[in-house]
This record gives sequence, structure tokens and C-alpha cells, in this order.
Amino acid sequence: MELGYLAGTIVKMIALVAWIYGLLWGLGRKRIWQKSATLVLAFGVIQAVIWTRIGDFALFSAFDQGLLFQAITMTMVALGLNLIYGFNGQFSLAQWGFYGIGAYCSADITYRWTNGDASGLIVVGLGVILGALALVGVGKLLKKKRGVPVLSAFTFYLFALVAVGLAAVWLGSMLSPLCAPLFGTPDAPGPLASPIALQAVFFLSVIFAGAFAAEVSFLFGLPVLSLGSDYFGIATLGFAIVVKTLLVNSDTILGFKEMKGGRGMLGIPKVTSWAWAFIFLVIVIVIIRNFIRSSTGRATLAVREDEIAARAMGIDVAGNKLLAFVVGSFVAGIGGAIYAHYMGFLAPASFDFIAGFNPLIIVVFGGLGSMTGTIAAAFGWIFFLEGFLRILLGQLGTDAPSWRFVLYPIALLLLMLVRPQGLLGTVEWGFFRAEGARKRLKQALGAVQRAGAQKAGE
Amino acid sequence: MAGINTGDDILVMTDTVKAFGGLLAVKDFNLRLPRGCLQGLIGPNGAGKTTAFNLITGIIPLTSGSVEFKGERIDGLEPFEVTRLGIARTFQNIRLFSNLSVLDNVRIAYHAHAGYSLGDSILRTRRYTQHEKELTDKALDFLSIFKLEDIADEIAKNLPYGQQRRVEIARALACAPSLLLLDEPAAGMNPREILELMDLIHFIKGRFDLTILLIEHQMRVVMGICEYLTVMDFGEVIARGTPKEIQNNETVIEAYLGKGAGKSAAS
Repeated sequence: MELGYLAGTIVKMIALVAWIYGLLWGLGRKRIWQKSATLVLAFGVIQAVIWTRIGDFALFSAFDQGLLFQAITMTMVALGLNLIYGFNGQFSLAQWGFYGIGAYCSADITYRWTNGDASGLIVVGLGVILGALALVGVGKLLKKKRGVPVLSAFTFYLFALVAVGLAAVWLGSMLSPLCAPLFGTPDAPGPLASPIALQAVFFLSVIFAGAFAAEVSFLFGLPVLSLGSDYFGIATLGFAIVVKTLLVNSDTILGFKEMKGGRGMLGIPKVTSWAWAFIFLVIVIVIIRNFIRSSTGRATLAVREDEIAARAMGIDVAGNKLLAFVVGSFVAGIGGAIYAHYMGFLAPASFDFIAGFNPLIIVVFGGLGSMTGTIAAAFGWIFFLEGFLRILLGQLGTDAPSWRFVLYPIALLLLMLVRPQGLLGTVEWGFFRAEGARKRLKQALGAVQRAGAQKAGE
Repeated sequence: MAGINTGDDILVMTDTVKAFGGLLAVKDFNLRLPRGCLQGLIGPNGAGKTTAFNLITGIIPLTSGSVEFKGERIDGLEPFEVTRLGIARTFQNIRLFSNLSVLDNVRIAYHAHAGYSLGDSILRTRRYTQHEKELTDKALDFLSIFKLEDIADEIAKNLPYGQQRRVEIARALACAPSLLLLDEPAAGMNPREILELMDLIHFIKGRFDLTILLIEHQMRVVMGICEYLTVMDFGEVIARGTPKEIQNNETVIEAYLGKGAGKSAAS
């Protein structure tokens, strides 16, 4: 029975890896109906498997689903980090901090909502939207006045955001009492207390959490990214520690009673369904892929390859680094929000900077500069560590699963010795490959050569 | 050499000074580049030639003085802004994006004029598709001018040295400059490659209507293609003139070979 279970788990994991690659392959097809069919099919297969139950036996147990959701959130965080580290060459440990920020931010919105308080949504929503406008506005002004030093620019942005934040809090305290009657009482729930409203609020909270993480990363990255690579790494480590410390003291220093500091935040509605996880996974994959397969993406690579040459090619190196950092953090924030609403419980301990090495390991493991490799490594990592090793070692005794933290570093060591460039190196596959460009290159080359031959013939 | 731009000069450097601590790497340096000329900047090692390049392109800030390009002050601008105004350069030690393909190296140079924003590329709008296609076609046409179209798909670091130089010059020209700065383009080349390089420089100058400023140690290149020379030593200009004049200039010979050498060379 036990061995059968283990074998079943392995089969399921392999099937899931095959699934994610099917998804990438299908999305990489040319026609729009092929892409849509792939999406429907990829979603449907897992949904069907989740629904399949024969008596007490669920084909896809809660444990398996947990692995899937963890793999998806880890994929998001790691994709963002690969953009920052693998593609732009900025070694960052802050990714885990933005993941935590996203998780807590969205959790606070929905937690308040389920308790009949719209202030979280209003304050964060207004703050994020107005904040973005303020940043763009200040940016425009600074551009007009040339040669403003980075630190002064940072101060302007900071003041703008603080002012916007205060305004958002004030507006929130005005507007949220107006919404209170719409929630109704527990006996007679109003329109805002309906499950549909909660789903909508969840969707908004995920977007806002991502945007909030992005704005924080902008403010943090602006001064810090001007440091050299190693110093930037240390600064990001500091950021991760600050975030964790703030989360531990969230009820005292930050004054969010519902976050309950180090004891952990309970009672977050578990809204993350398979549909939501899938939708956001696809959104993240599309954003990242479209980013790297664009002129901006090429500029990002140029910055990684050689900053001085990139500058000489007319690339705004500082701006490009900041852009990659902000987009990467946005994605991490979304991942955090999905995670929070899947777990229903958040503890600051899970956002410790030590855990922040996990996405880093995944990115290096999958191959710096290969998004396909990152996805493979994220799925493989969760399945191997949390799935396979846990069950396998579970056979040996109740304490034995802890030994997986001894076994996986060994596996890591071996892989790094055998393949230092990571699982896939810089090879991309399916959706992430620049298939169209390559084909066009071949065609255009043919045309150029034909023209040359003609000229020679004349 | 006053700093009044007569309108014919594309680049005017007036009394530029660069101090690294107490060391004056460039001292009261004046330079005028008439539009369409091919000037050489020569001098012994450590004379401050590359520093002068870095001052023009904004990679290091001036201590004092001014740099004017097409009549506008460009000192104090970021390097990428200088490039966008129309000054491109190559580097002494080749700085290609070594892990990217030759095509991508050129396409990166088009970034400033890509014609679509990040929003367009995330949403894959029509503008993205159209401009991206144009951009690729333009880059391929461009590569074919340099006879590099066959290696467009090749990773830059796998190319032989001479070809890397070619790609670097092509990449610099893809920025659509009106002034091209070449920092020792012939360094490390064999005689045949040097001849090809000289042909290439002549060719691009005519084809792209360029003004070229070139640092070079190889005298056959300098004497072969430069119309006018500026000689630097210890951060200062010690001589100016046509290659012929420079060849017989005693100060220059002294700077290169030491005192007294001029007399014996002349006799």
C-alpha cells in the first residue's frame, strides 16, 4: 500500500511536469485558437483530476493539490527572480521580501473584507493607483530638470508616496463607513458580503498586492541599484531582513492588529481555487515572456552582458535595471497573494531570508537566463523536496522527513558539479522560445542571399 | 582655439580638464572636428587618448571645460543620452554582448528607436508586431552591408577576432551616429585584417556620411587613412597637422622616441 502510494505520487508528479510543458508547448503555437484550446485543455485536465473522487479515494488528494499550489507560487517568485538575476544580472535576495509583502498586503485586504470592513481594499487600492500616478508625475518633473542626483530623486519619490499614502488612509477612513451598511449583518448579509464580491475583491487584492510590491521595489531599487552588483546583493539581504522584522512586529510597530505579529495571521479566506491559480500563473508567464522577447528584454540582456557597452549603445542602464527589478517584484507580489489565499494562514517565519534562498537555488538550478528551466526547477524542487522525499523518508519514522534538508543539498551539489550552467543553461523551449523571430530570420536571410545572388548574376 | 563654433565643426572640445586626484589625465585639451573629416588622435601609451574619448561620450565626467556637439553642450549628459544624440563608439578591448547572437547585438543598438513601449510588448499590440518585424529586417539588411548576414545567428563570443571588430563597428553604426569614435580598431589584427579594416573605414565613412575620430597605434593605419592628426602626450596636445607634417615634427618624435632621437632621425 505504502509503496503503491509512493509510486502513485511519482507518477502524478511526472504527469504534472509533463502538463506544464504541454502548456508551454501549446502556448508557443502560432494560431490564437491553438493557444486558447491549450489553455482550456490545460485548465480542464487538472480541474477534472481534482474533481475525480471514487468514494473516499481522491485521485488528487489535498496533499497533492498543496504541492501543485506551492509549485505554482514558487514558479512565479522564481520567474521574477530570474528576470532580475538571470536576465539582468542583479543578484537579489529581496525577492522573498516582496513575496512576503504581496502575501500580507492581499491577505489584509480580504481579511478585512470578510469581517465587513472595506477599508483595506479602499486604502490599498487608492494608495497603489494614486501612488503609481504620483511616481509617473514626479518622474516626468525630474526628467525635465536634468541631472538630479539619485538620492535627491529618491527623496522626492519618497515624499510623494508618503503624501499619497496619507491621503489614501484619510480617504479610506471617509469612504469605508459608507460601505459598512452594504455588508449587512451576519443574519442578513448585504450585497458586499456575497461570495461573488469576495472573489472580485480577491482578484483586485492580488493585482494591488503585486502593484504595492512593485512600488516598494521601485523606491528601494532606485538608490540601491546604483550600487555595484555585490553591494546590491548585500543591500537586498538587508531589505529581506527588514521585511521579516516588520512582519514579526506587524501588530505593534506597524499597528495592524489583525496580522498578529509573530504569532501568525489567521482567518484569511481560502479563495485561491485552481482556476485563480491557473489564471495568474498564465498571466505571469505571459508577462515575463513578453518582457524578455522585446526590445526592452534585449536591452536587459545587454545590461547583464556589459553595462559600459550597453550605455554606449544608448541604453538607459539605471532605468533598465530598475524596470526589471520592479517587474520581478510585481510578479513576486502576485505569487505571495496566491500563496496567502491558498494557505489561509501566514507566519513571518515563512518569509525569513533563509527561505529566500529557495527561489535563488531554483533559478541557478534551472539555469540562469532560462525561464523554461526555472519553471522546470520550481516544479521539480517542490515535488522532489516536499513530495517525494517527504513520503519516502516518512517510511522510516516520524522524524525522518527532516532529513530531506540533508539530502537535497547533496543532490544540489552533485548537479552543480555535473552541470554548472544549471539544468537547461540558457536554452528556452516552447512558449519562451523566439520561434517566430527565428523563422523570419531564415526567410529574410534567404531573401537577402537571393538578392545577392541576383546581383552577382547580373 | 577658442570655443566658438563656426557651424562647420561637429564636435568642439574647449579647455577640457580631467583630474584623477592630483593626476591630470587630460589637461586643457582642445579639439575641433570639422563635419565629414577623418581625424586621428595619436600619442604614446598613457597620453590620455582613451580618457578624451570617455569625456566625449560622458562615461567619466569632466573636471572643467566644455564639449559641444552640433552646437550643443553635451558635457554632463549621461552616456546613453550622448549616444542618442548621435555619437557612437567602439572600445579598445572589444565589448560585444558576448553571449548574444550577432543579430541581437545589432538589434540592441536599435533599442532607443524601437518605436514601441514595454506596454506594447507585454500586450503584444499590432504596433509591437509591426515594429519588431521592421526592426529585425532592418538589422538583417544592415548586417548584409557588412557581409555579416551569414553569421547573424552566431553567438558573438564564438567569432574570430577580426569579425568581432567588424560586428562591433556595425553595432556602433546601428545607433545611427553622425560621429563615430574608434578606439584602436586595428589592435591585435594581422596585416591582411588591417587592410580590410582600412577599406571598411573608408567605406562606412562614405556610406553613412560620418565624421570619424580614431585612436590608433598602428602607423600604417594612421598615415594611410587619417586626413588630420592630433598628437597627445601627458594629457596635452603637442602637435597638430596632416600626417606628413606630423611625421617630421620634432616634438612628436621626441615624445615617441625620446630626446635627441629627432635629430638623428632627421639627419
